[in-house]
Amino acid sequence: MEYILKNGIVYDPENNIAGEKMDIQYKDGKIVDSVSDNAKVLDATDKVVMAAGVDPHSHIAGPKLVVGRLYRPEDSRRGVVPKTGVTRSETGFSIPSCPATGYRYSRMGYGTVVEAAMPPLEAKHTHEEINAIPNLDVAPLPLFGNNWFTLEYARENKVDDLAAFISAWLKLVKGYGVKIVNPCGGEAWGWGMNVHGVDDPAPYFDVTAREVITALAKANEKLGLPHSIHLHPNDLGHPGNNGTTIESMKILKNITKNSPVRNQSLHMTHIQYHSYAGTNWRDFESGAGDVAKYINSNDYVTADIGQITLDETTTMTADGPMEFDLHQLNGLKWANKDIELETASGIVPFIYSGRNSVHSVQWAIGLELFLLINNPWQVFLTTDSPNAGPFIRYPRVISWLMSNKRRTEMIENREVHKAVERKSILATLDREYDFSEIATISRAAPAKAYGFTDRGHLGVGANADIAVYDINPNEVDPSAQYELIEKGFGNAAYTIKNGNVLVKDGEVVQVVPSHTIWANVQGMEAQEEAIIESIMPTFNKYYTVKFENYKVDDHYVPNPIEVKVQPGKAGK
Amino acid sequence: MAYEKPVTDYDYIVENCTCAFCGCNCDDLVYLVKGGEVKGELDGKLVTSGYVDGGHVVACRHACRLGASKVMEDMDQRLLVPMIRNDDGALVEVDWDTALDKAAELIAGAVRPVFYGWSETSIETMHYGLELGELVGAVLDNQATICHGPSLQAVQNAGYPVNTLGEVKNRADMIVYTGNNAMNSHPRHMARYAAFPRGYFRQRGRFDRTIVTMDPRYTDTAKMSDIWVGFEQNGDYEFYNAMRAVLRGKKLEKDVISGIPKEDIEELVEAMKGAQYGSLFFGLGLTHTLSKQRNIDIAINLIQDLNKYSKWNLIPMRGHFNVNGFNIFMAFEQGFPYGVDFARGYPRYMNGETNTIDLLTREEPDVFMVIAADPGAHFPSGANRHLSNIPVIQIDIHWGPSTELADIVLPGSFIGVEAAGTSYRMDGVPLYMKKAISRPETCRDDEWIVNELLKRVQKIKGIEPKVASK
Repeated sequence: MEYILKNGIVYDPENNIAGEKMDIQYKDGKIVDSVSDNAKVLDATDKVVMAAGVDPHSHIAGPKLVVGRLYRPEDSRRGVVPKTGVTRSETGFSIPSCPATGYRYSRMGYGTVVEAAMPPLEAKHTHEEINAIPNLDVAPLPLFGNNWFTLEYARENKVDDLAAFISAWLKLVKGYGVKIVNPCGGEAWGWGMNVHGVDDPAPYFDVTAREVITALAKANEKLGLPHSIHLHPNDLGHPGNNGTTIESMKILKNITKNSPVRNQSLHMTHIQYHSYAGTNWRDFESGAGDVAKYINSNDYVTADIGQITLDETTTMTADGPMEFDLHQLNGLKWANKDIELETASGIVPFIYSGRNSVHSVQWAIGLELFLLINNPWQVFLTTDSPNAGPFIRYPRVISWLMSNKRRTEMIENREVHKAVERKSILATLDREYDFSEIATISRAAPAKAYGFTDRGHLGVGANADIAVYDINPNEVDPSAQYELIEKGFGNAAYTIKNGNVLVKDGEVVQVVPSHTIWANVQGMEAQEEAIIESIMPTFNKYYTVKFENYKVDDHYVPNPIEVKVQPGKAGK
Repeated sequence: MAYEKPVTDYDYIVENCTCAFCGCNCDDLVYLVKGGEVKGELDGKLVTSGYVDGGHVVACRHACRLGASKVMEDMDQRLLVPMIRNDDGALVEVDWDTALDKAAELIAGAVRPVFYGWSETSIETMHYGLELGELVGAVLDNQATICHGPSLQAVQNAGYPVNTLGEVKNRADMIVYTGNNAMNSHPRHMARYAAFPRGYFRQRGRFDRTIVTMDPRYTDTAKMSDIWVGFEQNGDYEFYNAMRAVLRGKKLEKDVISGIPKEDIEELVEAMKGAQYGSLFFGLGLTHTLSKQRNIDIAINLIQDLNKYSKWNLIPMRGHFNVNGFNIFMAFEQGFPYGVDFARGYPRYMNGETNTIDLLTREEPDVFMVIAADPGAHFPSGANRHLSNIPVIQIDIHWGPSTELADIVLPGSFIGVEAAGTSYRMDGVPLYMKKAISRPETCRDDEWIVNELLKRVQKIKGIEPKVASK
């Protein structure tokens, strides 16, 4: 089928198109430069047209999510929507059910989401949930940062072995890249402890976060994976952690990237939680300035923010010790889930409130980072969903970024605590994002960082993943009409995925199965076999499942998008 | 136990099979198969891929007696053909089409259908069941409603600090069994995961661990333990409350609490505080005594408090091999773990209202489908009385009390032996249970049966299948 999307106002930063009125043609799910006269016409006159959104870091599928849903029926009861002729019923607010997750991303014009933490042992579970989520392409990142084998290789500085291990494990669990969460801290949590800073060794394993990050980064670049290492550094949420954050970024200074499809060699995730100055919660203040300054002068780093949205939400992370601290702080019910040999994790409900000084300053820190990091290709839109707020708040965050007036209003009307004025410089920042910059931080730049060459832009040959928003950029003043911006980005006029119209006028009109994106490293078979043979004695002794039952069977990945990687080169 | 000679008369070996009995889901079983023909690859006697067509499992290595007896004596009282109850009240054999059409007709015409069971079948089967349930507005519920339901309620009250069983094996130096008798109910639990195995940080296995059993009965598990705390029946809450008070530095005013001297409680708390890594396993002894979910609440709170000093987690000792799987599956598909009512076109979950027992005692359901469960054996008589008055559709592999209540019987196949499928262990680790032998020719896979019902109900209702079913 051929289609032509007519007269939209197109923002496509990858191809340097900024607000041009033009037509987009696509055929059989791909964007083409011309179509025949028989093409079906979709009218997008004076509406914003962008590539479909790419979420670089969101928790949408996996064991953590299900623990959240099991133990928070009060969250599931929020956001209940009955079934329609097209959609199944939806439940949940911060941890929506799988169908709801797909529909809600579609309504916002998103097409691709990276599931940010997949414990390899329970990868089958993550894939089952991905299959239950409709309408999205999902790339899961397996957790490597506290894996015992990683810790051993890092201590011995065996980068080649580590590379073979990663390559083998990505195949086994159908993962896309290397996720690192609180390296060494997760292992320390096995004994109820944590590590502080990058030079504090994990108990028994006697290896530091610095060594783990270095080894994993070197192995990642040796393989030339399409995504860089994805780092959740140590000391999340501790006042005074900005030093650790900058120190973590410095580790990568001398490691060169080895992939032409991306620009960075390090992705720092939910950096809002890692940009705190002060020494305790009393003298806690924004440390965003230093972190932003470092990122501005080092183009090997990208970051997503994890913007606080001031909602009641459910925090969940593989950073187990942090979640226990949070439980001690707010007293709400604590869930924990440690996975043998691989990772820790924890979950605590959290009520972010504008009346609380700390939460308000956290809110300001996120926005400061957005506004202080100059290059929009280095900063991505996330709420670390659901940690800082559910992903359905992206349109609201966009409206904050586009409107200094709204931010000032929130500060002056005391929608946020007055501490924001004392402890952050947000009130003095008058930068406002334009539509091109929004398109960059929400699709073009994340796609680039993941080496997704077929999405995040509207060039010929790209997937026909397109979002049309009912906003006329020539008439709407985002600074003053921020409500229209939030409404527009929250209810896509069209969401098109692989050429199928999934959403029309904010309603889901079609449901299609999701796809799983995974990275398959080629030509390492011999090394992989050798490494698996060498770890088998440990595996058989200390895991509680058999190796044959550990791997993710093909039937869990019915719709794969396999990204073939030549070690050291990029590929498709 | 009398000595039994090892089985030597077999033709094939199938390795790494997953046991379909309790929540331990031991995935190291080796089936010795006699007869049949291998559909797949063979290396000597070892089947490296595929399954044995027409073979019989004659021995089951590594399994406990419970698991082995289920796998090996499987043909005993096996349901082999579809049946419908005739006017005289006798079950008579019919062909598959007749049975499925009749069942679909009942489901499509029902006002308040209940689909109960699911804990002994695969996640793949549940997919079709849920789609059918959403279509007709049924209530979907599983055995949690009569076993670990209070645990889930407590989890919703107090939290869920769990770990995988490998963490226990590798790290734990103190293990508490409370309100369960693992040696009888989960026979390999101590051997494979908790007490005996040599873990990474516990190289001497059992000698490196302190095992405590807290149970009014002196059970087989207590016999294997270092410490037995035999508190009074229904004294659970008071006992845990006292432990928690001591842990928080309070002085106990009574000398004896729930039958346990206060000095013993203080000593026990001190030991638990001093453990490097502790794990508590609780069973129905906690969920079904006087204070029900409140017992679990306080046990969870105790674990949370202990984490200020040391590292502690807990795991509910789930009974069926996929009872956890249903809760997980329903939670990720529709947000709630069990007792989910779709009558209004959206899911509702309300304990005491949308659970099977409550519905049956209120005599609400007009059609009841039971799959891989035995309400006839386990439900209270009031609930079973209503079951005897309404049409009951049974999908199962064995004749049981529920068959006596059933009006339509659809013989399924045995997950993990005759059919492959996904299950979730008690700690939430997913396992793909492989197929080792073929099913009896006249039976069908659960997945196929439920999918057929779905297709036939869709046809009756004139609906095109639209959601991309797996």
